[in-house]
Amino acid sequence: MTINRRGFLGISGAAIAVSAVAPGLRLIELAEGRAPDQAVTPKQRWGLLIDAAKCADGCTACIDACHEENGVTGNNRPATDPQWIRKVTVEDNTTGFRQSFPVMCQHCEHPPCVDVCPTGASFKRADGIVLVDKHTCIGCRYCMMACPYKARSFIHEVTTGQKTHAPRGKGTVESCTLCVHKVDRGDNTTACAVACKKEGHEAILFGDLNDPGSEIRKRLKQKPSTQLRPDLKLNTGVRYQGV
Amino acid sequence: MANIHYRPFEGCTTGFYGVLAVLAGVLLAALGAAWYMEHNGHWVTGMTNQVIWGTPHVFAVFLIVAASGALNVASISSVFGRALYKPLSRLSGLLAVALLAGGLMVLVLDLGRPDRLIVAMTYYNFKSIFAWNIFLYVGFFAVVIVYLWVMMERRMNIYSKSAGTFAFIWRLILTTGTGSIFGFLVARDAYNSALLAPMFIVFSFAYGLAIYLLVLMAAMKGASRDLGDVVFTRLRRLLGVFIAGSFYFVLVYHLTNLYITQRHGIEAFVLLDGGIYTKMFWIGQMLLGSLIPMVICFHSGLGKSRSLVALACLLVVIGGLAQMYVTIIGGQAFPMQLLPDKTLVSSGFFDGVVAGYRPSLPEILLGVGGVAIALLLTAVAVRALPFLPESLSDTVADPHHKTT
Amino acid sequence: MKRFTVGVFAGLFALSVAYAAEPAKTTRVPAPSIQINKDRGEQCVEPTEEMRRNHMNYILHQRDETMHRGIRTTKHSLKNCINCHANPKTGSVLGKDGFCASCHHYAAVKIDCFECHTDRAEKKAAIPAGRPRQALAPVIRTALGQPRQRHQP
Repeated sequence: MTINRRGFLGISGAAIAVSAVAPGLRLIELAEGRAPDQAVTPKQRWGLLIDAAKCADGCTACIDACHEENGVTGNNRPATDPQWIRKVTVEDNTTGFRQSFPVMCQHCEHPPCVDVCPTGASFKRADGIVLVDKHTCIGCRYCMMACPYKARSFIHEVTTGQKTHAPRGKGTVESCTLCVHKVDRGDNTTACAVACKKEGHEAILFGDLNDPGSEIRKRLKQKPSTQLRPDLKLNTGVRYQGV
Repeated sequence: MANIHYRPFEGCTTGFYGVLAVLAGVLLAALGAAWYMEHNGHWVTGMTNQVIWGTPHVFAVFLIVAASGALNVASISSVFGRALYKPLSRLSGLLAVALLAGGLMVLVLDLGRPDRLIVAMTYYNFKSIFAWNIFLYVGFFAVVIVYLWVMMERRMNIYSKSAGTFAFIWRLILTTGTGSIFGFLVARDAYNSALLAPMFIVFSFAYGLAIYLLVLMAAMKGASRDLGDVVFTRLRRLLGVFIAGSFYFVLVYHLTNLYITQRHGIEAFVLLDGGIYTKMFWIGQMLLGSLIPMVICFHSGLGKSRSLVALACLLVVIGGLAQMYVTIIGGQAFPMQLLPDKTLVSSGFFDGVVAGYRPSLPEILLGVGGVAIALLLTAVAVRALPFLPESLSDTVADPHHKTT
Repeated sequence: MKRFTVGVFAGLFALSVAYAAEPAKTTRVPAPSIQINKDRGEQCVEPTEEMRRNHMNYILHQRDETMHRGIRTTKHSLKNCINCHANPKTGSVLGKDGFCASCHHYAAVKIDCFECHTDRAEKKAAIPAGRPRQALAPVIRTALGQPRQRHQP
């Protein structure tokens, strides 16, 4: 096709402008803001980074916040009360070095709990969050047997006063949902991470493991990290630093 | 051999009705316990978030394993062509169905949501061995009922061998599935082994035959029918062989685990310092469940006594329950290691400590209820239909045998 | 024997006729108490006849979409139903005048939903059913690589 000089100057000017700005300007299609009628995709993989060095011994802010957010109540029966997240203190066998960190559902890439569920109620969403579909859960507790992290709890008693965004009932199994209701809303964080930040420790960081520019990926690149029980090769979504 | 005649159990005595009444009473108590557990939630039991499967599962898995083993006697006759076992086949098939019904009843009633059984039968995740087991268990009923039919309907007897072979293969797959429930679990040191499936198969031989022999002796005695020494000795010696086989598998399992440093923890727990689990293993499973019955079964002098052999069968059953207790509950009680070279000092969720578990009354009632319904079904069926042979005396069973 | 049996049946029949003739005042199950919250809007998300027959199918479909695919549209969500239909006095869809409970009680159909789901409307004013939720804005990264995002209130 033939173009005149003005047209040529206009096109090349636009090309130069775009190429100058483009490296710094990126519109991420499905970033944290997903429309309500759009399905989740594997483009994102949500995860947590827990820095044990920053976790304070004796602090339970993450547990309190999680249970408050999701309406997880107990009946003063620790053996049967549900726990979505707990604090664990370990001591090195040789050096005696002590540290504490929270443990919750690890949202594995290859979750054993999903493999063993007979009805498919335990499932992994496309964006990596492992959930229990309580509509189909029959309460067989096989997933609890299978979880290497003892992350799942069985609801042993009649439950009332549930939060609207976190249905839970007697006879089904539950575990940390990575605050899926907040994730879908676009909050880009979890209740435990918010609480930890509020306490000033900032030991828990939520983010998209698939996004190379996310804070969580940057931190994973800076310092070595590990998974719990890495020999099982489950590729967990929760990573620990300083453990 | 000569034509075998079968006749329904005709002892309509108060004794028989008394047994039925007792079994029905136990079953009623079990159903009440199940309602109590479901209505209030499982917190009323001893099962917790640490010991997830308890006494009901011990009984349920035992009954399911025994059910598949009870079919062995019929398989030996139909598949391997041993004529001596032919009159024993019908009772064998019946016991298989009854024991499986008992095991499944306990399993279903223990679910957190037993009202969702329809969901369990319509939604399947075929990566789960549990899902396959649902098909295997329900299919087993159908397969064995057809097998019983071709055995009991004279004109269908020509199909006995094919039905028997099909049932034999089905039950091997079923028991493999049951053992794999535990074998496929990567999380816990006590499981996670390919050995568990064949081990459960050999356990099933022993447990199934022990229960079969007990029921056979009781039924024949109750009906005042002859149970001759030829059949009796054969079954007794076979039980001894199966116990020996079970012992072999337990030996290999523990020897292998002892070789793996990672598993030293669980081995020490089961073999040395696990408290109740160690006692159950050595006294329940090994001494009572294996050593003493094996001696009785193989010893020609002791083996002649019917009551001693009945005791041996009972001990095998007790040993089997002990084995299931150690496997299922002991395997859960032992803590999982989150980090290999660190000791867990404290946790909000009982990490790192041996979980406590005490069987509660509702659980025990439910488990025993499974046994009760199995025996109740057997008693009623034996009374209604010709499952029992008229005579198992030496001349009838084996006309060519030589009296020694 | 035959005459006795006939006599018993005739007696039972007479009794049932007598009972039926009584006024409907003493029916055992109360008729459903449908109290529509007029503040929430005049119209349900689907026509009434459609809802009477098929509301369970909408809920069933929505639950799978939300759980497995993360679809959070409000039109057929249970939360939206409850927000609209909760009894203004009790704030619940269960109980004596509960929207769900009284109709299900009348029809003798057991509901499973409220074993897990809360039966109470959300405290803060929920968005009425008609208006669609605004799509969240995508994240725009500036030249410095710092994310700037708009939050949904």
